[in-house]
Amino acid sequence: MRKPLTIRILASLDRKAWLALGVFLAFALIAVPVMHLVVPPESAFHLSTYFITLIGKIMCYALVAVAMDLIWGYGGILSLGHGLFFALGGYAFGMYLMRQIGRDGSYQSDLPDFMVFLDWKELPWFWTGSDSFGWVAFLVLAVPALVAFVFGYFAFRSRIKGVYFSIITQALTYAAMLLFFRNETGFGGNNGFTDFKRVLGVSITSPETRLVLFGLTAIALAATLVFASWLVKSKFGRVLTAIRDAESRVMFIGYNPLWYKLTIWVISAMLCGIAGALYVPQVGIINPSEMSPANSIEIAIWVAVGGRGTLIGPVIGAFAVNLAKSWFTVSFPEYWLFFLGLLFIVVTLMLPQGLVGLWKKLMDKKGAAA
Amino acid sequence: MNLRVEPTLDDRPEGSDGIDQMGHFVTGELDLSHGVALYLEDITVSFDGFKALNNLNLEIDAGELRCIIGPNGAGKTTMMDVITGKTQPDSGKAFFGQSIDLTRLTEPEIAHVGIGRKFQKPTIFEQHSVFENLELAMKTDKRVWKSLMAWLAGDERDRIAETLRLIRLDKEADRQAGLLSHGQKQWLEIGMLLMQEPKLLLLDEPVAGMTDDETMRTAELFVSLAGQHSLVVVEHDMAFVEKLGGKVTVLHEGSVLAEGDLATVQNDQRVIEVYLGR
Repeated sequence: MRKPLTIRILASLDRKAWLALGVFLAFALIAVPVMHLVVPPESAFHLSTYFITLIGKIMCYALVAVAMDLIWGYGGILSLGHGLFFALGGYAFGMYLMRQIGRDGSYQSDLPDFMVFLDWKELPWFWTGSDSFGWVAFLVLAVPALVAFVFGYFAFRSRIKGVYFSIITQALTYAAMLLFFRNETGFGGNNGFTDFKRVLGVSITSPETRLVLFGLTAIALAATLVFASWLVKSKFGRVLTAIRDAESRVMFIGYNPLWYKLTIWVISAMLCGIAGALYVPQVGIINPSEMSPANSIEIAIWVAVGGRGTLIGPVIGAFAVNLAKSWFTVSFPEYWLFFLGLLFIVVTLMLPQGLVGLWKKLMDKKGAAA
Repeated sequence: MNLRVEPTLDDRPEGSDGIDQMGHFVTGELDLSHGVALYLEDITVSFDGFKALNNLNLEIDAGELRCIIGPNGAGKTTMMDVITGKTQPDSGKAFFGQSIDLTRLTEPEIAHVGIGRKFQKPTIFEQHSVFENLELAMKTDKRVWKSLMAWLAGDERDRIAETLRLIRLDKEADRQAGLLSHGQKQWLEIGMLLMQEPKLLLLDEPVAGMTDDETMRTAELFVSLAGQHSLVVVEHDMAFVEKLGGKVTVLHEGSVLAEGDLATVQNDQRVIEVYLGR
């Protein structure tokens, strides 16, 4: 008997995981709105706008971390260019947000302010349709997918592996950053996109809009976790880890690793695009610094800290590192990068399985002692 | 004996039109009608001027069990690399059956037309269970979409169970493959080869690291496979070669030095010189 796909997806998580996911969604979709809107600001249970933006942002990062883990933890391919796909999704959606400003910009023009400033008279061709939410939602997925497909096809076909692949992805995101820094590229140069006013016609800064964006991000993260766990538990996932562990054996039993790597690479890029599109309206800005090499390296650090090769690990890593970051950059701003570097070294040397590995080890010890 | 090969989008080499300049079908049905499973003619492979294979000629009959021996550096592994598509020969022909030109196919395509290869060092998926190792090797459509949707059917489970018994790992089915003993890993890799249902098996030092008992059982297994399959076994263990009992080919400096049954080859003056030195 072949089981229908929906059943297989449902079966890919155990009861405990579904329960955890349910609690998470209930918190994000019910508790958070209540604590933000209903609970009075002076109460200890009130959640501030700062908190909602921060957690919303970190959930986007967590989504990127899961995408990174699919390619790195399961596929064994370390990308140091995932910030690019995130930024492409962000820019794609940012185009729509810029168009939603309408004539409310400083120059009261139909064109975004930066174009008026450059003395452009009409929208460049690639902005065509950017006022349509549907078209932009398509671009959010299609642009990262296309870039990933073209780059990945040539890289994987040439059998570029390991550190060489990592370096090339790093160069790719750096090149894209330089391109986006240029005003002529048509994406606002080093200022990027900001001063958004509306999304789908409603104010982007209203508490309700923030909560909807927060909820959508939580749903996207939860859906990604379900999708990813189905993916890694399918035969596709087993072939993928087999490629990671013994690629030549995989080839000699008749699988072409190129298409397997390319599939997970493109899926990973698309997930980053979604995360970027959810990130931009919440933080209110996208600029080329999102494509800086350091950003992409940081993504790898989240995954390493949390524990690669598990799906919950990257989420934990993204939260742990970014919560630490938001505290550090307020308390000791100049030491954050030193701390991040130290963290990476400590995790690599002492916690190869990350926090999840540490937790498992502790549980095993406890189990052995009892 | 016919084995259909579906050319797939995943697997088709660029510019392949199905027919090479000689008018041979590049991919198509494995044709063993002339009784030849593998045919190598004047194969030369050089690495930076060093000729790893030098006008190598070799013919393996359908159903034959052939042993290849030779000192280190004689070109045994390079020969396997050429047959399985890992290395392109500088010149020469390599045909599988009458019609399949191996030099024009990629590694996965060669696996699909029915050639299985066992490496010198056991190469299995250490993080997967023994069962999963066999599942991944099983002959089936190996494109991405099929793998995404794959679900083991009952008869497929039976086939895996059957192979597990054959390689005596039925009690270890759920064990992580990396935890097996060296000899068991060798058996698992042989099992993976069998799951592919190949017509030609290339086995590079299959009994290295096995106990005497395991070695003898392996020999029995290979002898039982001959006839249905063609086997090419590279081995140093003379007791094992003797037990297999087939024709022996001696490679030396990239070409065939001698060929015949083990006794003939062992008494060949040139072979003795190569092995003992002057």
